[in-house]
Formats: sequence, C-alpha cells, structure tokens
Amino acid sequence: MHTDIFVKRRNGNLFFFAVLAALTAGSAVITHFDVLKGFTSVFKAFVWGLSNFYPDARSLKILPDILQKLWETVLMSVAATSVAAVFSLLLALAGSQTTRVNGLFTVVARGIASLFRNIPLVAWAMILMLAFSQSPLTGFLALFFGSLGFLTRAFIETIDEASSSAVEALQAAGAGALPVIVQAVLPSSLPQMISWLLFMIDTNIRDATLVGLLTGSGIGFSFDLYYKSMNFHAASLVVLLIVITIIGIETLSNSVRRIIL
Amino acid sequence: MEQGLCLARAPQLELKNIMKFYNGAAPALDDVSFSVEPGEFIAVIGPSGAGKSTLLRCINRMVEATSGEILFDGVHVLKLWKRELKQLRTKIGMIFQHYNLVDRLTVIENVLHGRLGSKSTLAGVLGRYSREEKGKAFHIVRMLGLSDQVYQRCDRLSGGQKQRVGIARALIQNPKMILCDEPIASLDPHSSKVIMDHLKTFAKEMGITLIVNLHQVNVAIKYSDRILGIRKGKVVFDGPPADLTARRLSDIYGPEAKDLIAGPGEAYAH
Repeated sequence: MHTDIFVKRRNGNLFFFAVLAALTAGSAVITHFDVLKGFTSVFKAFVWGLSNFYPDARSLKILPDILQKLWETVLMSVAATSVAAVFSLLLALAGSQTTRVNGLFTVVARGIASLFRNIPLVAWAMILMLAFSQSPLTGFLALFFGSLGFLTRAFIETIDEASSSAVEALQAAGAGALPVIVQAVLPSSLPQMISWLLFMIDTNIRDATLVGLLTGSGIGFSFDLYYKSMNFHAASLVVLLIVITIIGIETLSNSVRRIIL
Repeated sequence: MEQGLCLARAPQLELKNIMKFYNGAAPALDDVSFSVEPGEFIAVIGPSGAGKSTLLRCINRMVEATSGEILFDGVHVLKLWKRELKQLRTKIGMIFQHYNLVDRLTVIENVLHGRLGSKSTLAGVLGRYSREEKGKAFHIVRMLGLSDQVYQRCDRLSGGQKQRVGIARALIQNPKMILCDEPIASLDPHSSKVIMDHLKTFAKEMGITLIVNLHQVNVAIKYSDRILGIRKGKVVFDGPPADLTARRLSDIYGPEAKDLIAGPGEAYAH
C-alpha cells in the first residue's frame, strides 16, 4: 500500500511536467514564436547595446537635469507610498480578523484591497490619464492606488500574524478596541509594516519610471524623450542612474529593516 | 443544590446545561453543568480536543456558548451587553499556553496591560497608568521573581519567565477568578513546578478562584482541590483528586490511559 503513494506522486509529477511542456510548445506554435531565433536575437541585442547604449562625455552634460528628474521621481514614490500606507493601515485594521469591528467593514476593506491590487499599475496610469491628463498628479495617484491595494493586503496579514494572541489576552482582560489596537496591535506589527512600506517604496521607484513614461512626468519621461530622439547615450545614462538609485535605496532599506526587525 | 451551605455562600460561578456547537454535528460542549465555590482550585483534565479550551473560553465569552446559562457572582454572563461584558472580564484574569504577550514590549508594559480594562479609552490609548497601578505592577513583578527583568523585552525571556509575566498581567487586574488554559503545556518540568506553585500560592493568599486546564494528571492531583474530567464535551468526572481512581481515569482518557497517575512525570508527586 505504501508504494502506491510514491507511484502516485511520481505519476503526478510526470503529468505536471507533460502539461507544462505541452503548454510551452503549444503557445510557441500559436504565437509563431521561434525559440531559436528568440535566443540568438538576445545575443544580438547585447551586441547592439554594448556598441550604442552607453553614456558618453557629451551626455554627461545633461547629468544635472537628469538628477533633478530622478530626485523628483524618488520623492514622488516616497510620498505616494507613505500616503497610501496611512490609508492602508486604516483599511487593514478594519479588514483584519484580529481587530475586526464587524463583518461588513471586513468585506468592504478586503474588497477595496483586492480590487486595487488586481488592477495593474499601467492600467491605473491609463485610466487616470483620462481624468487628469499628462501630469505628475496622474503618476502620484497611479502609484498611490497600486500601493494601497498591496499594502492593505500585506498589513492585514501582518496584523493577523503578529498580534492575534496578544489581542486575545487584552480582550479577555476587558480592554476596548482602541486601546487594544494602540497597545498591542501596533507595537507587535509596526516593524513588519515598516518593512513592507520600505519594500513598496523600492518597488514604486522602479515602477515610477514606467508610470512616468506613460504619464509624461519624472525620470520616465526623460528616458522616453531621449530614447525617441535617438539620443541613446543620454537614455543609457538615465537607465544607469535609475539602476544605481534603486540599488542604493534597496541597500538603505535593507539595513533599516535589519535594525527594526 | 445542597442545602444550607449554598444559601449561606452563593457559588462564585455556576454553569447550567452549557452547549456549544461549532460547525458540525457533534457538540464541543455537551450539557456541561457545575458550580465553583470562591477560592476553589479546579483542574480540568481530558484528552486533546475534549473541549477544555472551549469550556474555559465560554466562561468569559471569548467563545460564545450556543445555549445554557452561566452565573458569575450572581450575574447572568450570557445576557450581558458589550460594555457590561468588558466590565465582567476585568474581574476574570486569563493565562494562556503561549503566554500571549506583546513580545516587543517590556515586562512592565505587558504587566500593566492587565489594567487596560479598568481605564477610560483615552487613558488606555495613551497608556497612562496611575502611580498606584505602577507601584502595584512593580510589587507583583517582584513577588514573581522578575525584578531583574522589569525593563527587558519579553522576547528575551525564557518560557517560564514569560508565563510569570502572564500571571502578573492577570493578577494586576485584581481578579476574583483566573482561567488558565494549559499554563504549563509548553514548559519544562522545573518551570512548570515554579508556575504551578505561584498559582497555588496566590490563589490561596488572595482568595482567587482558579480554573486550570491541564494535560498532566499528576499535576492536577497534586495541586487542585477538585478535578473535572471532560471527554467529548461531557463532564465525566467531578470530584476531589482522591476519588480519581484508575477506573475513573479510563472513563476520561479511554482504557489505554491506566498508567497516567503513576506516569514518568513523578517530579511533581513527591
């Protein structure tokens, strides 16, 4: 009887890989994707990139201009994420099982979270562009809505995981909802929440480039401008600076995380 | 009802025909009735999943009983509104298997949490405790031998120390009764003994009623005045430890459990 389990598991794995292979092959055929050509063009792209896509001396002259845009983008991401975090915290407190006030709040909060999380950032940017046209506000709001959905979800998990046992104890001692939140929920879950917030800021700086490209603001717009005017040296400088900034911010937030957790 | 005695001294706690259904056909608590005198030390024993935890939590309504009646100091517990329930809970302390402390806060902060039920919302939110409350917290912490850890974060403490913080948090409520849910199930034998001794001493000194869920039958026999045996949600034994014979024990745990009294955990039974 025992061997059956292993046979079953092996067959299950084989079946899974067969399906995976079929899906891969099937989608390649349907989309006329030539695997071989695909991989060789990656190589070609690299060659092109190395010979054209690098900053030269002339492009360094626009460095101050790019840095200015980059700084704006970073600040916008931080602002959008922080404002979103405040609203997310309120939604999470309403939506978490541990601190829930009533069932309706929970459903509404979780509904908002999943709605906002499941609409892609690019879609947000496009939708908001209809209302606010190309402006920094559009970019800010797109990042805000995307972060709101994600952070609410993350905060709910954090609250339920970090504080449910202490909350039970304080409720058993007769403490009211607000004191329980301030005295038990926040101290237990704030570090983890800040960690999520930092992660979200990282992600948003990356995404801000894309959003900026769509909404005509920040560093994304600079990149778009240089790229479309075939000024590849300047465009490559932009990309390089973005990468450096993201690595810098990531290092910074990692060390902050290590300290608080 | 016994005569005379009950008239002179009303029971502290009375459960009448308590039923509890979770989702499912079999009840978690099946017609549970018993009463508790003030200052009694009651041990509740029974196999895992018998309903010990549910029973304890029904008393302070952390779990809502499906039907029945609970009287605490003559108050109908199951009929209380939210605010009254909170007030009732301030008189009933609770101690947990996993301590349920806020790990990132210090010992003294966790102990003072026991006062939150007796404060206004604003004072609770701001964490403003009176001089008396703080003095009492330090006093209790000292009694429990945690003086050196007062300002230490709780995640730095050992299991036994954490449980002592749990006891301190319950004691500072000035409770009339403390419900203990498997207080020593996660502790080593030595810490377990320390915890049980503390519970026993305080209960006797302060006249606090104790209801303690226990896994270890020998501990129940050594420390309690009275034992409730629970099996599949029913009370199958209710009496002093001396009456808990091997046959009674197999009523609670099933026929394989004869050796439980003279089990390997003899550390307690000297």
